[in-house]
Amino acid sequence: MSDVVIQVENLCKEYRLGTISHGTLYRDLQSGWAKFRGKDDPNSIIGSHNRGQMGNTDDRILALNNVSFDIHQGEVVGIIGRNGAGKSTLLKIISRVTAPTSGTIKIKGRGASLLEVGTGFHPELPGRENIFLNGAILGMRKSEIEQKFDEIVKFAEIDKFIDTPVKRYSSGMYVRLAFAVAAHLDTDILLVDEVLAVGDVAFQKKSLNKMKNVTSEGRTVLIVSHSMPIIRNNCKKVIFLKNGAISAFDIPAVSVDSYLNAANEESRYLVKEITSEMHTTGISKIRVKKIQMVDENGNIQEHIKYHQPLIIEVFIECIDAVDNVGFGIIISTKDNVILLQTHCFDKSNAYWNLVRGRFKVQIRVLNQLKRGHYSLQFGAHQKPFNVSLLDIPNALTFEITDEPFQPEENYSQFNGGLLDSFSDWSLIDI
Amino acid sequence: MSDNHDSAWTMEIRSRNGWFDIDVSELWRYRDLILLFVRRDFVAYYKQTVLGPLWFLLQPLFTTVVFTIIFSNIAHISTDGLPPFLFYLAGTIGWTYFANCMTQTSNTFITNAGIFGKVYFPRLVVPISIVISNLFTFAIQFGLFLAFLVYFYFMGSGIHPNLWILIIPLLLVQMAALGLGMGILISSLTTKYRDLALALTFGVQLWMYATPVVYPLSQIPAQWQWLFALNPMTAIIETFRYAFLGSGAIQPWMLGVSFGMTFLILALGIVLFSRVEKTFMDTI
Repeated sequence: MSDVVIQVENLCKEYRLGTISHGTLYRDLQSGWAKFRGKDDPNSIIGSHNRGQMGNTDDRILALNNVSFDIHQGEVVGIIGRNGAGKSTLLKIISRVTAPTSGTIKIKGRGASLLEVGTGFHPELPGRENIFLNGAILGMRKSEIEQKFDEIVKFAEIDKFIDTPVKRYSSGMYVRLAFAVAAHLDTDILLVDEVLAVGDVAFQKKSLNKMKNVTSEGRTVLIVSHSMPIIRNNCKKVIFLKNGAISAFDIPAVSVDSYLNAANEESRYLVKEITSEMHTTGISKIRVKKIQMVDENGNIQEHIKYHQPLIIEVFIECIDAVDNVGFGIIISTKDNVILLQTHCFDKSNAYWNLVRGRFKVQIRVLNQLKRGHYSLQFGAHQKPFNVSLLDIPNALTFEITDEPFQPEENYSQFNGGLLDSFSDWSLIDI
Repeated sequence: MSDNHDSAWTMEIRSRNGWFDIDVSELWRYRDLILLFVRRDFVAYYKQTVLGPLWFLLQPLFTTVVFTIIFSNIAHISTDGLPPFLFYLAGTIGWTYFANCMTQTSNTFITNAGIFGKVYFPRLVVPISIVISNLFTFAIQFGLFLAFLVYFYFMGSGIHPNLWILIIPLLLVQMAALGLGMGILISSLTTKYRDLALALTFGVQLWMYATPVVYPLSQIPAQWQWLFALNPMTAIIETFRYAFLGSGAIQPWMLGVSFGMTFLILALGIVLFSRVEKTFMDTI
């Protein structure tokens, strides 16, 4: 176990909500004087004493609550969680921007630095000087920067503009330069907070490759990201933070799944009453009342079994007669990759003419989905001009469970791709 | 495992440690950053102004002219028999360096909140670089002073530069230390009390009038001189003037008190700064 490079023990970080003091000496003295005379604090928030009822008497939150974990050398570890789960707080403490309230972090090797884009760039100075300045802020010695200077410029692809003040850079150039400096740091631990969302696709790819190279040199990387594909494809382990505590620390498949699971644990059954707020288009003659997923016998499901046909039922109400309506659904992964799209006119080439009243639209879809979480979008448009009649982006989310024919380990290791093919394989003598 | 490998950890992050928590060796490792900050301030300053370094000359010149008219010609305050212009110029440039160091470092946390919130480096790097940047301003103004000094010397206005000049570099370091100490003291307090930054503006002005800048120390009744000696700037300005102009009421014990006060303020500033620097991001 000697290759543990980051050891976090019982880390807590407490923030006080609201203002800590009044922010000015004058008001603090005013409050103090009022208290001394036994009068009401003139600066207290009216009605603030009612807040106790909400169980929130002392206005403190634990951004990190007793977090402990070990990270080994050369690992790429992802950190995921909803907004406010404590991801960035954790990175800030590891990078020493702020101190923990209690607990310790022990680090082996040259300090952790946060890959922050363009920290300390001075707009008046040319790219060359900003490389030095930024590098020094991130803890590099001047001689080190000189050594890596050409490499940085080449990586950032800004050779021609190296003597131009950075205020004249395009935002892409700015970001590339900033990332290049940070990525060439000689630290043993790199912390990355969502920076990979910047730059064009080619540069993103380049950046990710650079990250991989970095780990092959034995350096350790921590990535905070909301992009599950980046986490899945690059991390060896993933920490899932939930309300400041570690909810899962496992291989990406497990942690990401439990994160996505937690994100929509509103309802146990695959049925959802649709309110008018969920319609993203304006008022139209068709409203959706309810969406559900059922089995062959019409029972509402908790989840869909692997290979079991997807039967989606949508209850709609027409306020008035509408002609030439095309309904459609989209099934996508939780990473918003569209897997399939189907419409009522796919086979028959016929749009529907609806009269006033209530209907149930039933859709049967061949289930080629793998185990995991998916979301369903439901929409309708009208023919001549493809006017959108209704659109419900996240109408329902569902899970495919139980894959009876696949031993787990083999499955995840060898089967890439998003869909199952149900292929039959045979070896035939010829 | 921690038993076997405790010695291998290179860094340990925990909540606030002791009282004095400044890692000097770390500060030394970041010396390149200090120099780059100085360079950045310098270059950025010149790129933005039309008159460039001329501003550095105009400011003390105007101040000195105004002082000469008001305090010498109108109010008839003594200048210890020295040419009033030279008397005020000497006081002004000394005071300006200290005041600039103090006011500029007093904003450290607030003006750098953006960068401090994103990346770690020893926070003291910023105030130290400010104090060094201001040395350039001082050097330019000091050049101006020397030019006038030479002029007045050869005009025979009764000024006597003497061996006390040798102590000037030390005084400069002391002013830097005092400005730094006061500045980081205030910057630490302003993270909690923003209005202190406003009080500072006129506080600096009041402090200047409590220091023998526009009047000589000899004008102060003997029984109150100890009070003035408690102000560390008194001895600095008075010695500065004495060294170049050869007239003043400075006594060695005052310099001692001044050193002591400077050390005290700097130490207090560093203690407070080191307490604030770790968590100020949460309160600002």
